[in-house]
Amino acid sequence: MNRDNDKGKVLIGRSLILAVGQMFLLIVIIARLYYLQVYQADKYKTLSDENRISTRLLVPPRGIIYDRNGELLATNRQNFQAMIVAEQTTNVKETLDAFKRIMPLSEIEEERIKKDLKKNRSFVPIKIKDNLTWDEVAQIQLNAPDLPGIIIDEGLSRYYPYGEKTAHVIGYVSSVSEQEAKLKEDPLLEVPGFKIGKYGIEKLYENKLRGKGGNLKLEVNAYGRVMKEIERVDGTSGDKIELSIDARLQSKAYELFGEETGAVIMIDIYSGEILVFASTPAYDPNVITQGVSAKEWAALNQNEHKPLMNKVLSGQYSPGSTFKMVVALAALESGAITSQTRSFCSGKMFLGNHAFHCWKKEGHGYLDVIQSLQHSCDIFFYETAQKVGINKIAEMARKFGLGQKINVGLDNEKEGLIPDTEWKKRRFGEPWQLGESLISGIGQGYILTTPIQLVTMTARIANGGYAVVPTFNKISEKSKLDKMNISSSNIALVKEGMFDVVNVPGGTALGSRFDFNGLKMAGKTGTTQVRRISMKERQTGIIKQEDLPWKYRNHALFVGYAPHDNPRYAVAVLVEHGRSGSAVAAPIGGQLLLEALKLDASSKPVE
Amino acid sequence: MYKFYETSFKNQSLTLKEKIQSLSFAYILFIFILAVIGVTMLYSAANGNWHPWALNQLLRFGIGFIVMMTLALVNVKYFMRYAYIFYFGVLLLLIIVEVGGHVGMGAQRWINLGFIKLQPSELMKIALVMALARYFHSTSLQNIETIRGIIIPLLMTLFPALLVMTQPDLGTALMLLFTAGAMFFAVGVQLWKFGIVLLGAVISMPIAWNLLHDYQQNRVLTFLNPERDPLGAGYHIIQSKIALGSGGVFGKGFLKGTQSHLNFLPEKHTDFIFTMLSEEFGMIGAIFVVLINILILAYSYGFALRTSSYFGKLAVVGLATNFFLYVMINMAMVLGLIPVVGVPLPLISYGGTVILSVMASFGIILSVNINRNINIGKD
Repeated sequence: MNRDNDKGKVLIGRSLILAVGQMFLLIVIIARLYYLQVYQADKYKTLSDENRISTRLLVPPRGIIYDRNGELLATNRQNFQAMIVAEQTTNVKETLDAFKRIMPLSEIEEERIKKDLKKNRSFVPIKIKDNLTWDEVAQIQLNAPDLPGIIIDEGLSRYYPYGEKTAHVIGYVSSVSEQEAKLKEDPLLEVPGFKIGKYGIEKLYENKLRGKGGNLKLEVNAYGRVMKEIERVDGTSGDKIELSIDARLQSKAYELFGEETGAVIMIDIYSGEILVFASTPAYDPNVITQGVSAKEWAALNQNEHKPLMNKVLSGQYSPGSTFKMVVALAALESGAITSQTRSFCSGKMFLGNHAFHCWKKEGHGYLDVIQSLQHSCDIFFYETAQKVGINKIAEMARKFGLGQKINVGLDNEKEGLIPDTEWKKRRFGEPWQLGESLISGIGQGYILTTPIQLVTMTARIANGGYAVVPTFNKISEKSKLDKMNISSSNIALVKEGMFDVVNVPGGTALGSRFDFNGLKMAGKTGTTQVRRISMKERQTGIIKQEDLPWKYRNHALFVGYAPHDNPRYAVAVLVEHGRSGSAVAAPIGGQLLLEALKLDASSKPVE
Repeated sequence: MYKFYETSFKNQSLTLKEKIQSLSFAYILFIFILAVIGVTMLYSAANGNWHPWALNQLLRFGIGFIVMMTLALVNVKYFMRYAYIFYFGVLLLLIIVEVGGHVGMGAQRWINLGFIKLQPSELMKIALVMALARYFHSTSLQNIETIRGIIIPLLMTLFPALLVMTQPDLGTALMLLFTAGAMFFAVGVQLWKFGIVLLGAVISMPIAWNLLHDYQQNRVLTFLNPERDPLGAGYHIIQSKIALGSGGVFGKGFLKGTQSHLNFLPEKHTDFIFTMLSEEFGMIGAIFVVLINILILAYSYGFALRTSSYFGKLAVVGLATNFFLYVMINMAMVLGLIPVVGVPLPLISYGGTVILSVMASFGIILSVNINRNINIGKD
């Protein structure tokens, strides 16, 4: 009985130990709850939000680009895409087969769709085809009962209404490269399918045009399905940009070139606003924006006419006779010649025993500076260059914007080259030869200029010696221009010469003259050889341009301005292998200036 | 015969009225609170629907309540009398399951009786407690303190535990071993014997490790380092901790637990329901549930102390320990303190057999309390 008593006591004692132990363990549970739910709550709240919240960037509409008159140059077009949502159809293959009966799919497309379907969960829409036309969208909607799971999605894609006509100004947008994405300057760059400006204005004003991305916070479940929208912060669309370009003139210029290869640029001689900026042939930016295959890209790259090259900025050409104004001004300013100075042209001259030819074999006879410009006599300018020296010519050329970047903002602008004695020494380690001055006098030899430099030169002559700089910006307020230290009367002489080139019989651009209500053009032609004419060929007769292969033909140039009495526009035209400045380049420049004057007249209010 | 018994226990029998009057209504209230919380959480787990779980659970609780009340009104001596018979019956069922039970969840645990899938391992938890209580009630402390005296209860424990483990159901097997262990401790088995068993367990650990199924090994490894398999087995623990922690002090609100409702939390209606509760009602809600469970335990031990019979005391200690193990293992598991072993939270997790076995346990505990002044002889 005593033992029984002990047995009961042991049970009670040990049960109490058990009870206390169990209570203690449950208090450990409470402590653990405190640790997780108070001490570590913030950490787990963050993790919980990371689980449930999926943030998506909202791509803002890209800024629209207008010309000076409000004409659309780059805009955003609705882009319809057909998508398939696998979970909304009982048989994906059947739906796709039905789709193919309406619209064929290439093998590559089918392959991609299959891969995407495998990779994604069944509620994720998979793109079947994009850039659908209205008709195609209508077709799909008409057949909707046979196409379960097919939805039409709307996006925006960049569109250039003027296509290749404005290709070299506006440029294009394209997918973000890996390198660009690595910079991480903007999260938008990591959005699949996002496109940024790769060339032209699209690149120059990328930051303005892009806008700011918005945020869409979505609640998703464990399988990634979107449950609801939590928050939407709309981004801001890109700024609109107004350019100085006149789409009507731009189109006209592109048409005037026809099949020819080259560049044309027209600017306002006071504001510097670029009205026309064209390089031919061009590419279609609408095609490039959607992505081109490596093969298509290679074809563009290897084309002899270099459609990808912006010849206005990147094409470096000998200015030829268009350089003669600069030589004349250098000589007049330095006093090497006066308006009275005459030279005798017999068709050729000798320096030592080396013959220098005028383009006119039989010679021009006695000419002063105005007449020399009018006839583009080479002998006069050989002699003038000889008198004034290369360094003064180079100094004048630089004043007029030659041999240096204009910095209009687009990529791949070239400097050109204005040689002088120092340059020769630096470059070749040899002294400058007098003969080199002579050929520089007619804009050949080492001299290289770009069309945008030539138009700058022309504008600065036309406006009487003001240092105008071309720009793509539409200028609302005229700013004061710096007057260059050049005598107005000397500039007037040169301008008179340029007027005679076009308007006086014997002038090299007489064929391109016009008289629009008394408004006339002044200009200067240039024809530059791209091959050497040997002595033998000179004796047997120079091969006709038409008989040469395209790439051996002369480059044709023309610079001009209008109206002569009260100048407003300057133009520079370069036709690669265009054979003759008079016959090919001058008519393009002339008609473009005439068109500009006509448009001015028609837009003026009736008084 | 029957009449003889009635006269024999005349002084010790209570009328129905007396029995009902001596029911612990506080205890029943705690049980009700847990059940209400369970149904509420199941309603939330179904995103605010009575189907498929909440209504079913309510129904099962109703059945469980009837079972509890019925058992509460049974004279405690009958539990002792039929303890061995019940034990061997359940053991037989366990063997039947082992031979050819219904295959579910990758483990054979049920006998399909058509209307209910019977889980004998759940019944064994009660049967073992009753059988051990009867055994130790009938033996002397001297016997208990000898090795020979505990061989029979050891066999009574190990045999069903092994059967359950081979099902394989590690969680239930461990609960059987722990419950029995607690009872061996309570009756006065010397501590050095536990020491030897513990030592043996440590030594045999490598062998036991090899006997574990791959998924069981994985669970242990994943518990030790959840990051080792963040998308697989470790996912449960990680997501459970995220749900709990993000609930904070006051919770995200009823029906507003993002981890649960967006399906990041697995098994939210069964093993991980406490996580969901902690996410939606925060630390306040979670501690409230723990406290209710502590109260149920405290009352149970209180009943044990008040009871005069050795059998009654020990049965309550065993059943209370069994209940404690459910709560402790489940909570420790979802809180990332122990590996995921698949033990439900009684009365709150969805599941029929567990409700019935737990409610039956409560019924026996109540009965012991009602009959606390009845003496039971050593028969």
